[in-house]
Amino acid sequence: MSERIREKLNILADAAKYDVSCSSSGGTRKNDNKGLGDSHASGICHTYTEDGRCVSLLKILLTNHCIYDCAFCVSRKSNDIKRAAFTVDEVVSLTINFYRRNFIEGLFLSSGIFKNADFTMERLLNVVKKLRLEERFNGYIHLKTIPGASEELIREAGLYADRMSINLEMPTESGLKLLAPEKSHEDVKRPLGFVQNQIIQFNDEKKLIKSTPKFVPAGQSTQMVIGATPETDKDIMHTADAFYKNFALKRVYYSGYIPISNDNRLPLIGTQPPLIRENRLYQTDWLMRFYGFHVNELLNDANPHLDVDIDPKLSWALRNLQFFPIDINLAAYKMILRVPGIGVGSAKKIIQARKFGKLRADQLKKIGVAYNRAKYFIKCADTTYQIKDYQGTQIKSFILAESQSKYLKNDVQQLILF
Amino acid sequence: MQISMIYLIDGSLESLLCAVFEWFERKPGKILLQLENHYQPDAFTEVFYVHKDNKKADRVWAGLQKKLDKSWMRRFYCTFLSESAQAYSSLFEFSCYIFSSPPGAGANYGNAHVLAVAQTARKVEREKHRMEAFIRFQHSADGIFYCCIDPDFNVLPLIMNHFKNRYADQQWIIYDLKRHYGLYYDLEKAEEVNLNPDEEKNLQKTTGGLHADQENLYATLWKDYFKSTNIAARKNTKLHVQHVPKRYWKYLTEKTGI
Repeated sequence: MSERIREKLNILADAAKYDVSCSSSGGTRKNDNKGLGDSHASGICHTYTEDGRCVSLLKILLTNHCIYDCAFCVSRKSNDIKRAAFTVDEVVSLTINFYRRNFIEGLFLSSGIFKNADFTMERLLNVVKKLRLEERFNGYIHLKTIPGASEELIREAGLYADRMSINLEMPTESGLKLLAPEKSHEDVKRPLGFVQNQIIQFNDEKKLIKSTPKFVPAGQSTQMVIGATPETDKDIMHTADAFYKNFALKRVYYSGYIPISNDNRLPLIGTQPPLIRENRLYQTDWLMRFYGFHVNELLNDANPHLDVDIDPKLSWALRNLQFFPIDINLAAYKMILRVPGIGVGSAKKIIQARKFGKLRADQLKKIGVAYNRAKYFIKCADTTYQIKDYQGTQIKSFILAESQSKYLKNDVQQLILF
Repeated sequence: MQISMIYLIDGSLESLLCAVFEWFERKPGKILLQLENHYQPDAFTEVFYVHKDNKKADRVWAGLQKKLDKSWMRRFYCTFLSESAQAYSSLFEFSCYIFSSPPGAGANYGNAHVLAVAQTARKVEREKHRMEAFIRFQHSADGIFYCCIDPDFNVLPLIMNHFKNRYADQQWIIYDLKRHYGLYYDLEKAEEVNLNPDEEKNLQKTTGGLHADQENLYATLWKDYFKSTNIAARKNTKLHVQHVPKRYWKYLTEKTGI
């Protein structure tokens, strides 16, 4: 018995690991029924895998049997791998027992499509229903919406899940058609739109009737695979931006493609996953969501790719030196936020602290500003007058010379002539 | 400025607050705050033993509440829980600064003491959050879920509500081995418990028998899961250790020997 469950867990956790989302934030469920679990608003990462990714949820597939044959997916029909399927009770018991020992924040349940979309969605629904109603579980549940499932099933699932998600898989329609001819972005947009409308409806009702149940309180997310198809960073981020805007998504995840197939449409097995690129895309995503940047400022026809050697904020600043240097003691919050080396936390502290007197460089350092990076872009109380104007390329080489990028193993400094 | 006096406190919150009271009462100029048990007599500086007086402490606390908002009061308390002499000193200077300034002075991050309290509080909050993440319960034969910890800071008071709300339907014990006290939740309320050294030792031993099989199964399943969910092609040990510092590995079921 225990050997079989171990084997199943190994197979179905292994198949689910390419879904990068593990966030457990935004859950609002309170333990008011003396049951088990209470959501933590900011989420908790209970451990981290050896690849440095957070483990917050028990992330598993219900089954890895699948009727589809998407080239990028490890569970594709034509792939010769071990298959397994959990029963509803097995998933429930694993979740509860892991949760009671404080291993996890909740469950992330996805599934291969067996038989058809409705059949699969119904099984997923059974699991969450049992957890919520029979086990009185108030932990976090992230559920995959199965594209093509009936709206009744999706609506019911939304009453029990905290977050729902559907993966876009490839950043553009043409990329998706190349690797998964049976799928399309339209199939993703329809259910995303449906859930979003339901969220709005439930929220409106909640304003009138307090007892309206929660509906997907932590919102929706999606994921794109990076580097499997030849899209530019601009294509990727413009798609992400459109989905943030049109479907009010909480997150878009970018997953560097890990070669798992000998298909000649895809990168060869053994190719390094595009980790730097993935990192730069996340930085861009953050700049869009928290730093007030418009996607066009960061990626446009003139700059369709992100710099690999410097982060997108620095790269934007170097292209737009006409805005700098700014005076830390006078500039608006949104400009301070755009200075390389100053994050949201430091920017807020600066705004508060400067009311009490002009800030000096040493105070900025203590507040947490990366001063060696920021100094080319700011003036503070004790900045001496600079006669020399540096070029963007010079600033870049200064910063690169004193920073040690984890990505540049053999740091080669290009000499500058002028 | 010349240090005119040394104030000695016993390390309790009350004595720290009383030190603030006594400073405003006597105005001795620049003082040095030290812990009684760390104090090394020196021939040149006058010493003042701060006597604990709950009334005075309450007055200072109430005064701080008038000047500071809730989040600052929490930062104050968190910084106190860091249990370091340096933090006590920062809190003392911080309080003096707050009382001598108009309301809102908490926002002055340019002030060294304000920043020190904010930053220490953040360290303590981080440790609190780590405990919420890294505590691993074991289910004992008598039905209680238990876990022993030795956190860097005294965070038990901060994590009590989190665990009480979360595990409302199971009995649990979280025991701080470093500070020799713990929290026990009996399905009704959570309260502090003190165990004698023998009981402490028993708590750390795993139970045998049928029950242990069940515990081992879940520990094994969790370790299996931890391995299966890792993507070997993305291995990044530096990041892994940064997120899960080695000193916490002893708590973690998934990091202990297979």
